Amino acid sequence: MNAIPKGKVGLWAGAAAALVILPLAWGAPYPMHIMITILIWSFAYTSWSMMGRFGLVSLGHGGFMGVGAYVTALAWNNLGLSPWLGIPLGLLCAALLALVVAWPCFRFRITGHYFALVTLALSGIVLQVIVATRGLTGGSLGYTPDRVPGGSSIIAFQFTDKATWYLIALVVWGAGLAIWYAVERSMMRYALEAISEDEDAAAAAGVNVTAEKLKITVISAMMTAMSGALYCQYQMFVSPDTVSGISVSLQMVFAVVVGGLYVALGPTIGAVITILLGEALRIGFGPSAVGWDNLIYGLLLVVFIIFLPQGILGSIQSALRRTPARASA
Amino acid sequence: MGFLDIFLVEALVNGLLLGGVLALLALGLNLIFGVIDVAWICYAELVMFGMYAMYYFAVVYGLGYWIAAPLSIAGVGLMGVALHLLVISPLLASAPINQLLATGGVLFFLQSLATVMFGIDFRNLGIRLPTIEVADVFISYARLLAFGAALAGMVALYLFLTRTYVGTAIRAISQDRQIMALMGVDTRRIYVITSAVGGALAGLAACLLVLQYDVHPFVGLSFGPITFMICVMGGLGNMIGGFIAAFIFAEIISVGGLYLDLEWGYVFAFVFFIAMMFVRPEGLLARRS
Repeated sequence: MNAIPKGKVGLWAGAAAALVILPLAWGAPYPMHIMITILIWSFAYTSWSMMGRFGLVSLGHGGFMGVGAYVTALAWNNLGLSPWLGIPLGLLCAALLALVVAWPCFRFRITGHYFALVTLALSGIVLQVIVATRGLTGGSLGYTPDRVPGGSSIIAFQFTDKATWYLIALVVWGAGLAIWYAVERSMMRYALEAISEDEDAAAAAGVNVTAEKLKITVISAMMTAMSGALYCQYQMFVSPDTVSGISVSLQMVFAVVVGGLYVALGPTIGAVITILLGEALRIGFGPSAVGWDNLIYGLLLVVFIIFLPQGILGSIQSALRRTPARASA
Repeated sequence: MGFLDIFLVEALVNGLLLGGVLALLALGLNLIFGVIDVAWICYAELVMFGMYAMYYFAVVYGLGYWIAAPLSIAGVGLMGVALHLLVISPLLASAPINQLLATGGVLFFLQSLATVMFGIDFRNLGIRLPTIEVADVFISYARLLAFGAALAGMVALYLFLTRTYVGTAIRAISQDRQIMALMGVDTRRIYVITSAVGGALAGLAACLLVLQYDVHPFVGLSFGPITFMICVMGGLGNMIGGFIAAFIFAEIISVGGLYLDLEWGYVFAFVFFIAMMFVRPEGLLARRS
């Protein structure tokens, strides 16, 4: 199931072409906005699932997202550094932060609950630092990158038309999936799966447990920071509550669990479901819908973990795999 | 007073008083973790519902503080039982991380339920308790009361666990889950009782916190994470470790908040937490093996 069968290449190329052309041909601003939002969050959720699928449940990814978003925006406003350099800088900061927190964690074998709670502290720290340095970051009121005159500029990574943003988000999302598949086919995957089963056994078999876990953590943190930077450049506004802190971290976990943790498109399905549900409730009920979306999310999360721990896509896939086998037997 | 200036003394005293309430919060969470081996991420949200219960019983229905308090404690105790029966017990056999995430879902659910039911307005009991002045140090009466009640609650729990039959069974289960079932102890019944006691402790904390803080649907986020860190730093399930960790954390927040902003107090506390995890990953009082 790793390699795409040859007969399906045409199908995949067709799907990719449809994803590029159809929305651009349609071009209505509101659906376009929803699509862009879904793609950016899908990428963020995919980044989380890179670690989550190997049993490294992090509740600190909100922190990495915040670092990506704020470093990029602060570098642009204060140093005049173009996001083309600011985003790599943000990714570098996120990677460093991931190393500083994760290396001792893995070295001292902090796993499971304890790892989740240490990373929870990380997202708390990033949130509080953003709020505490309000002179620089605007605190809980949020932060806006300075707009260039005219609104669009390649150097400033600011675009007013939604079509450009759609293509950018699509490319980044596609790159996220490519990284997912690259990991899926690598030796790293086998090493990490062995580690998630039994660390001692993996170490005895010659796997460098700490190094393998660090690699995937840094990849995941940098991707998450990228999604934060992208979100900030698209919205032209970030606040600590939307890109960092515990709620965002839990939101990532939630969407991935609903979509499916162990399949490539699971996080994307999770993003589609959560964002469309949120929008439908917002439009259907108006302002009185405040709270209802999270009420349903929370309920769904509990129900899914109890009854469908593989997520929607994961369950569909394993059901499909089971049915032909039974028919042929 | 030399280098010990009066503000520092006041911060230290306030830290001590805050520590009492944090210790109470950590105690309930540790009890659940020690016995059932589940971390209730949504523990602070149970406290939030307890605070709303206090507000509704005391202000809206006008029952007065001393009637509202036991009603709220019982109500949150029942919520604990419901949480256990509906969410935890179907997941007892699955991976611990699933239990953690399911209670994370409950966190979202309870927050939004509060938003839908009560709205996002800040509410308080409208009780203004006086401030006591001892040797130039101002101490809020509400905090003193909370500290005293938290200590009393802890002593009551200690007596319950050591002097009663059920308490002994609870302690035995926390030592060995498999053997106790073979010894004829009904583990399911003990789990339900433990959840009720854990919920009731959250209710007690709610009665005390509502005297100092306004209640709103997101109030749990302001002390939930810190409670978790206290439990982890003390060693999950280790009540004495949690008790000590609560006071260390409270002093860091209080004294850090004195010299810089309150947020920096939290930042220091979080950084201290991460640093401690590397020094003593099994908790403050863990025996090194």
